[in-house]
Amino acid sequence: MLKRTIYMSLFSMFIAASLWAQNSKMVLVKKGAYVPLYGTVDKKPVTVNEFQLDIYPVTNAQFQDFLKKNPEYSKAKIKGIFADKSYLSHWESDFSYGKNNLSNAPVTNVSWFVAKKYCECQGKRLPTLDEWEYAAMADEKRTDARTKESYTKYILSWYEKSKTYANPVGQTFKNYWGVYDMHGLVWEWTSDFNSIFLSGESRKDKDTDKNLFCGSGSVNATDLMNYAAFMRYAFRGSLKAKYTTRNLGFRCAKDFK
Amino acid sequence: MITNLTKRTKTGVAAICCTLISVGLTAFGINFTKNDADHYKKVPVEGEMIAELTAPPFVPKPVGNRPAKKLIVNMEIKEMEGEMADGVKYTYWTFGGSVPGSFIRTRVGDEVEFHLRNHPDNKLPHNIDLHAVTGPGGGATSSLVAPGHEKVFNFKVINQGLYVYHCATAPVGMHIANGMYGLILVEPEGGLPPVDKEYYVMQGDFYTKGANGESGLQPFDMNKAVKEQPDYVVFNGSTKSLVGDKAITAKVGETVRLFVGNGGPNLVSSFHVIGEIFDKVHVEGGEMINKNVQTTLIPAGGSAIVDFKVDVPGTLILVDHSIFRTFNKGSLGMLKVEGPGDKTIYSGTTQEGIYLPEGGTIQNMPKVKTTEKPKVSLTVPQQIAAGKEIYGKTCFACHQSEGQGIPTVFPPLAKSDFLNANHTRAINTVLSGLSGEVTVNGNKYNNIMTSQNLTDEEIANVLTYVYNSWGNNKTVVKPEMVKAQREQNVH
Repeated sequence: MLKRTIYMSLFSMFIAASLWAQNSKMVLVKKGAYVPLYGTVDKKPVTVNEFQLDIYPVTNAQFQDFLKKNPEYSKAKIKGIFADKSYLSHWESDFSYGKNNLSNAPVTNVSWFVAKKYCECQGKRLPTLDEWEYAAMADEKRTDARTKESYTKYILSWYEKSKTYANPVGQTFKNYWGVYDMHGLVWEWTSDFNSIFLSGESRKDKDTDKNLFCGSGSVNATDLMNYAAFMRYAFRGSLKAKYTTRNLGFRCAKDFK
Repeated sequence: MITNLTKRTKTGVAAICCTLISVGLTAFGINFTKNDADHYKKVPVEGEMIAELTAPPFVPKPVGNRPAKKLIVNMEIKEMEGEMADGVKYTYWTFGGSVPGSFIRTRVGDEVEFHLRNHPDNKLPHNIDLHAVTGPGGGATSSLVAPGHEKVFNFKVINQGLYVYHCATAPVGMHIANGMYGLILVEPEGGLPPVDKEYYVMQGDFYTKGANGESGLQPFDMNKAVKEQPDYVVFNGSTKSLVGDKAITAKVGETVRLFVGNGGPNLVSSFHVIGEIFDKVHVEGGEMINKNVQTTLIPAGGSAIVDFKVDVPGTLILVDHSIFRTFNKGSLGMLKVEGPGDKTIYSGTTQEGIYLPEGGTIQNMPKVKTTEKPKVSLTVPQQIAAGKEIYGKTCFACHQSEGQGIPTVFPPLAKSDFLNANHTRAINTVLSGLSGEVTVNGNKYNNIMTSQNLTDEEIANVLTYVYNSWGNNKTVVKPEMVKAQREQNVH
């Protein structure tokens, strides 16, 4: 009897785990406005409508499930225009992340095309850049912590820690909205990652005369926050949709209905 | 008078003639130099080769007489942990795995095919701006590369000189502050005049969360960087890169060439080599040569080529002569010169004696001291207080505020096994100085401490202060003990 109970509970745990793997939980991020580093005119705030966001980035285990159902996205079958050669290069095989990766570590080395497809298969989508930045400016207690020095220092210090991509999700702080790992784990794809033009020559982007997407406005601010944000924008600026990198993962979002 | 005038006129005419000729020559010269770049941009290349890249302090082989070629440069960017000073770790961002980055050696007219690779484990995008490039961003506009990717761009080097390269990705200051700079040399046709030894030295300033010497992995401090208040100013990325067994070397009679750069990001370097005069300096890394220079200014993002012949044996010290940076922040390197001495050029100490300013024969120093001395003997706390004063004036510069010393250069007094093992030796060290190799807390030091001109009482007080500070064994040194040693040394 006892044995049976154990089996039963193990079984139900298994079900729960796989369900969780299928459909990760989301939280609601309320409507608001913020002034982004780039992409706005005259420093005017951008409105972000209410939306839902995954609590955690997508994990290796979740992505493995996805591949088993959509084998055309496996390493062997993916078309070159949709992903680099480094696509899932740290995985043991086409359908297994293997022993060297944690099941609950964020999946990385995934291209924008595949990340987008993954979210669509869940009935979701990638967050927009504004949605992502808006949700990410919160710390534990407030919706906008960008002026807090400790918040900026936390983000900057991540740039100096190596191999954080191997860590499990959910170990950094839970922010005001209830999401984890916006900072301190991996970079994340956004649906419109390349909508902000950054020439790659940062000094040129500062040039007010050239009016390059209001980069000048943010550079004139002395606030340290810019350094953390600058790096995210510079990073996104270096990407193409088929690129995959070891420190870049993703999570999904959804309109609130 | 008349003859004089005639003479003058003649000289005048001669002078005018000379001027005319030289104007003609200069005109020709200017014409040629002015169009150097124009000339070299048309020079065809013959063949292809992969560039030899070297980590500091070494440089690749000279170009010699080779023709202009297509030169392939494979540069990998790595973000990696390294050691800034003893026990102080730092996450460097590097071109080629070293700070400064790999040295690139080209000749004027070369067509460089530059492959910039960003290691997959890196977190950040990077690019490269080479000051040797004629074109937008010095290459930066064409080279922004994501982790795990590669960018290729081409340029022709048409101006000779020693140029800085660096990363220019936003935020540019932080990328440079983390070590993303190096040197690219464009040699003239036929190469620079040959020398016996060539080395690569580059200064940089670093900004850490903890103060200088604070151990552990130190994150970059944005605030200090913006305020331009570095904790470390070093050559080749670390306080230890050019000292001890990593010192660069030469033999007496050899000519030495240093390719010196300054990555900044903030400070300008007053580059000086203690005990040497630069025979030739390519000012700011360009074509102009200045001779017999003591200290040359190297701007952030600039360079200089210095040539000198080493005539006598000894250790030459490379410093930024903004000297607090050397004593307190680490900008110190060593060039060890071996070989026979030359007493004409440098004699060494030939005489040692007591100097008495006036009436030396009448006054008797020991007597004066005894009469000046207060007879009251101090309590231990009083001795410590008095000793602290003396320490601040006399010992602090080398042994530092907390007795921590300067790694590899000046031994620590804090928790010092050398000190605690033998107080008589300590007294004698202050009395008579100490030179040669000593081992303190497991580390070897080879330097000179001069004898200190202090009274018995002052020595007793300062040693008592040192012994009662920073985890030492609380020995109390009395003036009589010092006096006894002083007398013993005389006999």
